[in-house]
Amino acid sequence: MTNKIQWEFPQALEDEAIYILRETAAQFERPAILFSGGKDSITIVRLAQKAFYPGKVPFPLLHVDTGHNFPETIQFRDWLVESLGLDLRVRYVQDSINQGKVQEETGKYASRNALQTVTLLDAIEELKFDACIGGARRDEEKARAKERIFSVRDEFGQWNAKMQRPELFDMLNGKIQHGENVRVFPISNWTELDVWNYIRREKLEIPSIYFSHEREIIERDGMYWPYSPFLNTTAEETPFREKVRFRTVGDMTCTAAVISEADKLEDIISEILEAKISERGARIDDKRSEAAMEKRKQAGYF
Amino acid sequence: MEVLRITTSGSVDDGKSTLIGRLLYDTHSIPQDKMEALDAASKRKGLDFTDLSLLTDGLVAEREQGITIDVAHIYFSTPSRKYIIADTPGHIEYTRNMVTGASNAQVSLILIDARKGIVEQTYRHFFIACLLRIPYLVVCVNKMDLVEYSEARFNQIVEDFQQLVANATFQAPGIKFIPISSLYGENLATRSEKISWYSGESLLEYLEQITFDHADSSHPARFKVQSVIRPKTEAYHDFRGFAGKVVSGHFNVGDEIISLPSQQKSRIKTIEQFETQLTTAEARQSVVITLEDEIDTSRGSMLSKPENAPELLKDITAQVCWMDQTKLVPGKTYLLQHGINRVKAKVQQIIHVIDVTSNAILEDRKELGLNDIGKITLKTAQPIFADRYEANPANGAFILIDEMSNSTVAVGFVA
Repeated sequence: MTNKIQWEFPQALEDEAIYILRETAAQFERPAILFSGGKDSITIVRLAQKAFYPGKVPFPLLHVDTGHNFPETIQFRDWLVESLGLDLRVRYVQDSINQGKVQEETGKYASRNALQTVTLLDAIEELKFDACIGGARRDEEKARAKERIFSVRDEFGQWNAKMQRPELFDMLNGKIQHGENVRVFPISNWTELDVWNYIRREKLEIPSIYFSHEREIIERDGMYWPYSPFLNTTAEETPFREKVRFRTVGDMTCTAAVISEADKLEDIISEILEAKISERGARIDDKRSEAAMEKRKQAGYF
Repeated sequence: MEVLRITTSGSVDDGKSTLIGRLLYDTHSIPQDKMEALDAASKRKGLDFTDLSLLTDGLVAEREQGITIDVAHIYFSTPSRKYIIADTPGHIEYTRNMVTGASNAQVSLILIDARKGIVEQTYRHFFIACLLRIPYLVVCVNKMDLVEYSEARFNQIVEDFQQLVANATFQAPGIKFIPISSLYGENLATRSEKISWYSGESLLEYLEQITFDHADSSHPARFKVQSVIRPKTEAYHDFRGFAGKVVSGHFNVGDEIISLPSQQKSRIKTIEQFETQLTTAEARQSVVITLEDEIDTSRGSMLSKPENAPELLKDITAQVCWMDQTKLVPGKTYLLQHGINRVKAKVQQIIHVIDVTSNAILEDRKELGLNDIGKITLKTAQPIFADRYEANPANGAFILIDEMSNSTVAVGFVA
């Protein structure tokens, strides 16, 4: 039934997101957009532009750079910031490693995914952000499906799933104690398809890795991993070239590629409508355990 | 594309999570990797079938206990519309999460176990659907497979439920009854062959044909101002726009408006949505409105039309659902948030508490505790511009915030 192609974007979702962003600007002193360079945070930037137009976007962007990003994403990030006149702050996981606050993982599956939480929480404290706007969606993952639009975190960034504030109608309660912060999710109610249809409708630019391109990959555990100097490979794992694209953009060590010929938005949308695997199915970081996301969120992950 | 918002409620083990899992399964909305994860999780639990309820119970504590604690939002779509399901807990102690899930819904699904019939929680769910004035109510009589698909049993439950409706002291929405089996997918996405005596629609067929011409559009025009946009750039040096949301009704360019609380009047010069100029703004739209005159309007103000502006209320009578462990205490001051507007409010009096299972009105109660529903009076420090919830739900609800804990402790409906 859902295989029928749906190209329409539900307008109610944009109105809702804009309302949430305006509440965030009004209820907090120092909100910021958590920007990863992926399609969801690009969507958030567009929504923020619209919410305050013809005024400027009143939020800086915070990018937690793990050092393992796709170079294309960083290029795109800098281009977007430049062309829209945005205020970008970058904090580096490498700095947290150098300070001895976190330790690099070792072995075949080493990733900096979990490490970035510490850098994020330090950045929030240093820059005194009281609200962090993220592009997370409830359809992505079952722990995220439980989260409120204004999600209160304690001074350690912790999410207490059992003690969430009730959220009624469209009334958002952003009152917090000093030291706490709120994670704000304006596109909670969007699905992956909604985001793509929005990008298409708004003619938004996105990083090139979303489109089919030839790159070096290795095959591991039935998934295609992008080959990079950050990936610890074994002797049997030899890279080969293939036409691939990425459905989600994380680190080069935690994002798997899909074999694809889709090089236009229309083809991408058709492809995800036909896809048998979910979006997070290509996220290696989610596969660690059934509660991987919930545990990371409890620890302060966004 | 339309978005239909649904809330599900039912007692524990009535099979809400299974119903949703099955609906997603039957509409091919579960990707293969999630299906495999469900298979594996079911095996680990020692089950010999795939437990679709594991799809929605996203928290460790929920999976451990096999119950739903907090609202999960689930999405699926058909060629005609997008659905958002708020899967809410059935346990009495999580009533507040049930209200949270139901507050934005157009359809309430109440599940009843065909073997057990109406139970105490059914009264509570029915009461909340009525309290919130959810336009559509669907009673799903589930686990029909366990009563041999008995028509007599179904009819008995329908009759019992109608008795409940008849005894209600408030107006009930239109009600649809459907016999289903979540486990086997009978009458969910498609009509059941096993329940041949039932000639009505399957659940999905019924949901697909529900019409909801946004009721809010026919109510009086209300626009809440979230912020004033003053770019002070060269191109927009004198621009002063009011960013906000149309709560109900609609506004046209040229309309005369009155701003509350200043009570100054002007006319709408432009309605803008990013780079687009609109002629009309409808209920639920987020827009920027500019006015002909410089009148006193800022965040928290409300624009309406002079002929049907809301009253300024300082003494409020309201139904409230209490949502916090700490009890409501008469004489205590809370923050009352109506829409985006926050004012101090002192609880004057508890008029009564309602026993939702018996409809009994208890007038001697001195306090409201967690999950209690009652009627109270409040006095606010500044007036709010609310309508009666019954007359205009989009502008008739508020929340109470405890100033010490910052928690949302209650939701209220202006009576």
